[in-house]
Amino acid sequence: MGHEQKYVDKKYEVVGTRFNRPDGIDKVTGKARYGADASAPGQLVGRVLRSPHAHAQIVKINTAKAEKLPGVKSIVTSADLPDLTGGDQGLADILENCLARGRALYDGHAIAAVAAVDEQTAAKALKLIEVKYKKLPHVTDVDEAMSESAPVIHDRIFTRGVEPKPSKPSNIAARTQMGYGDVDVGFAEADVIIEKTYKTEQTHQGYIEPHACLASVNPDGSAELWVTTQGHFVFRNVCASLLGLDIAKLKVTSSEIGGGFGGKTHVWGEPVALALSRKANRPVKMVMGRDEVFRGTGPTSSTSIDVKMGAKKDGTITAAVAEMRYQGGAFPGNWAMLACMTAFACYDIKNNKSVGWDVVVNRPKVAAYRAPSAPMAAFAVESTIDLLAKEVGISPIDMRLKNVAREGTQAPYGPTYGPIGIEHTLKAVKDHPHMRAKLKKNQGRGVACGFWFNIGGQTCTDLNISVDGTVNLTLGTVDVGGSRSSMAMIAAEELGIPYDQVRANIADTTSLGHNDMTEGSRGTFSSGMATIFAARDAISVLKQRAAQMWGVPEEDVIWENGQAIATGEGHGNLPALTLQEIAAKSGRTGGPIAGHNEVVADGAGMGFASHICDVEVDPETGRSSIVRYTVVQDAGKAINPDYVEGQFQGGATQGIGWALNEEYIYGDDGCLQNPGFLDYRIPVCSDLPFIDTKILEVPNPLHPYGVRGVGETSIVPPLAAVGNAIANATGVRMTHAPMSPPRVLAAIDAQENAG
Amino acid sequence: MSNATLVSTTVNGDPVQFACPTDESLMTALRNRVGLTGVKEGCGTGDCGACSVTLDGSLVCSCLVLGVEAEGRKVTTVEGLSENGELHVLQQKFIDHAALQCGICTPGFLVAAKALLDRNPNPNETEIRYALAGNLCRCTGYDKIVHAVQDAAKDMRKNNNRSKKRS
Amino acid sequence: MHRKMRVSLSSTFQLADGPGSTLDVQAETIAEMMASLTDRYTDFAALLERGVAVSINGQIYRDDWTQAIPADAEVFLIPRIEGG
Repeated sequence: MGHEQKYVDKKYEVVGTRFNRPDGIDKVTGKARYGADASAPGQLVGRVLRSPHAHAQIVKINTAKAEKLPGVKSIVTSADLPDLTGGDQGLADILENCLARGRALYDGHAIAAVAAVDEQTAAKALKLIEVKYKKLPHVTDVDEAMSESAPVIHDRIFTRGVEPKPSKPSNIAARTQMGYGDVDVGFAEADVIIEKTYKTEQTHQGYIEPHACLASVNPDGSAELWVTTQGHFVFRNVCASLLGLDIAKLKVTSSEIGGGFGGKTHVWGEPVALALSRKANRPVKMVMGRDEVFRGTGPTSSTSIDVKMGAKKDGTITAAVAEMRYQGGAFPGNWAMLACMTAFACYDIKNNKSVGWDVVVNRPKVAAYRAPSAPMAAFAVESTIDLLAKEVGISPIDMRLKNVAREGTQAPYGPTYGPIGIEHTLKAVKDHPHMRAKLKKNQGRGVACGFWFNIGGQTCTDLNISVDGTVNLTLGTVDVGGSRSSMAMIAAEELGIPYDQVRANIADTTSLGHNDMTEGSRGTFSSGMATIFAARDAISVLKQRAAQMWGVPEEDVIWENGQAIATGEGHGNLPALTLQEIAAKSGRTGGPIAGHNEVVADGAGMGFASHICDVEVDPETGRSSIVRYTVVQDAGKAINPDYVEGQFQGGATQGIGWALNEEYIYGDDGCLQNPGFLDYRIPVCSDLPFIDTKILEVPNPLHPYGVRGVGETSIVPPLAAVGNAIANATGVRMTHAPMSPPRVLAAIDAQENAG
Repeated sequence: MSNATLVSTTVNGDPVQFACPTDESLMTALRNRVGLTGVKEGCGTGDCGACSVTLDGSLVCSCLVLGVEAEGRKVTTVEGLSENGELHVLQQKFIDHAALQCGICTPGFLVAAKALLDRNPNPNETEIRYALAGNLCRCTGYDKIVHAVQDAAKDMRKNNNRSKKRS
Repeated sequence: MHRKMRVSLSSTFQLADGPGSTLDVQAETIAEMMASLTDRYTDFAALLERGVAVSINGQIYRDDWTQAIPADAEVFLIPRIEGG
């Protein structure tokens, strides 16, 4: 049924207020069941053997000894997952990443897996699997991987997007170019030109819950999978394809999810757990250790970026060029392409050009991490803008306002922007009391902006009205941060009933139509839209039932404040029928009352943010502490402001961790040296102040309530905001993130020695 | 199960017995043998605090304690915080302040926050931040968690004063 | 009949047998536009395989090919993005 997607301004009763989440009690009492909290009768423990080498040929795998160990029920290698991908290279990459096929491509690459009666037996069995490796030369650095002399990881990769087509394979998967205008002309017009090279290290999403699943395959090909995921429908399709199962016979239930941030959009061990279960004919529970999470899953790209920007004395940026090298781990990705699309997206620059190089290295397959690829590009561009501002003598905020993108500006990736909020956020920053807070010795303030597209996608929602008038809302996007409360609020708003009469649940894959991955900040945007439409469907049924109960024509019934009202001559004086009263009679007026919607929720509005950061740098140690932090972001419309603020604060904190501490450290042997939370240090409570937030609402024209995605943009500005603050505190411009104490101290020392 | 030892202990006020290998962590024993899956595993190395419990009143990472060490002692997990069918003030405040997003770290934070308020009913912000520095949260930026603990402490002090006056 | 319109290609897209950065096509919906371009240009199918989204007047459509393209709309083909 067609529904109107366009934004309509209206007054809200429920939306925009703050309600407690329906899953709150389960989560504060320990009852909530996450990936590792399910069990099945007769379940086995699954464990994975991982490569100790950065790059090696697998000469032989001998499982004979392990198989003989009492209690071992199945062992799988790539031979147990034959290639059914039929020429789909993306799917083939997922398969090869799940279990190495002839070659280990990175330290931590899964080689074989075992299912045994208990943890101890499984661990012992892993030690009994004999793998003969022949070490191959490796490369983990993105710049080195691009050099002529680098070992070529895949002989099937010929650089896409260059002319003429290369005759030799290399580690460069693709070249992307974006932009418009003539940058040479632009630089000729510039009074000041700044050119800098930046580096950012690889970080991990760092969700506290490791990957976990419980798989059970029957001999008839029917199967169940309980898993922590951002998209159980997509996991179902991918796993079914890789194992040759019928999609409808694989039931996937998404557990409560203990954080994802993009890292749980990708299939890792689930096909392996299913293969183990199929071979053993018993359920298999597989939970990763933290070291496996770091070595085998998720990280974002490490990068190397050159930026050149020119401006006139009045602050107008006349030209901007970025050359960005992103590694995707052992398999090619589109990460540099995303960087090209986002790098200059906050600004209206007449002549701009972004070139991206997508590169493979011997590291884990890169996964999306919150606004994937944008934070690194923003670090380079937003740092350079501060340098330009200083050179022309304009404040960093005015410099940005002078060049800010508005409705009608052409985006670097081509199209013209509709209504966007970047200018609003910058103006709000300029007026914010934070900008007037006094700075002490060794303290500095930095400002930076950020952009993320946000996406929509396929969405399916059911709304069922019970005979007592309470409502079940059945959703297919995963609740990663409180979205069940937002969806219930939307349903209550539409139906005109109290929030606590709506119960939102996440359906398994057999109970609802397909829903795309919960990614790209789409949960509240897409499921919100489907919920509005499903509720409107239900309202039309409610009106029809009321008309029937009254014996009046359907078109004389309107829906207002949770009740049907008869209008028009002759029956205007009928007492209104409440939702509850109509529901109570539903059995005799045509059966259950429900609303349903399936939609491709396209038109997610772009998200823009501006952040203010104050740091204090200890000149003795190089340690930077965050003194104050403020996030200003356009949410389009905040359904439940508590959780919008939470997204702002959480994203900013992840960005701060990236800016100051977090990084993958590889040894000369190509092995990851810090696969644990002790040495890979994410921000802790004592590292941070309260993070102030300001929600702006520039409605998205393509959502009935004006909602934009809010989850991702907030991780984009912090790297540069912190870097700009450090520069203002110390006079030292950091070009390598994280700006950890040793790096900052070295930069301070270098400046003192030079001066 | 090789080298299993029978352990008699008290968990959340109830007498509990379980058998576990001598090298098994208290965290694993609580999750897999006692059925208290509110105790979460985030790292297994004492770095994340998701498995926080108290042992005779002291806050510990249960992944760094052996199951057999619980013999004859009192263990409290998140499942033991609510009393008489009512949420503990901290639990309610975490919900009210939206101090959780994914919620995987929440049990550990609640146990750690309660341990703090038991010994210091009136902590300042810095004391709260340092007391909770052993618990990692990746979603919230800690802002709403600290607010929730501050608010809970205020209510608990009020309730204490009231019950003191009454007695 | 189908409306005539002009489609701009993101600068990262190149069609070996295409006329350059803009293509003229007759279509009223995204689906019709894609079908027409696939018929006309031999390597357009490969481009679709890599992932294409359509921007109509600045709004990005990744999947909804039923979307109507208004007269005089600005239409851009851009890479299909994913998120975190």
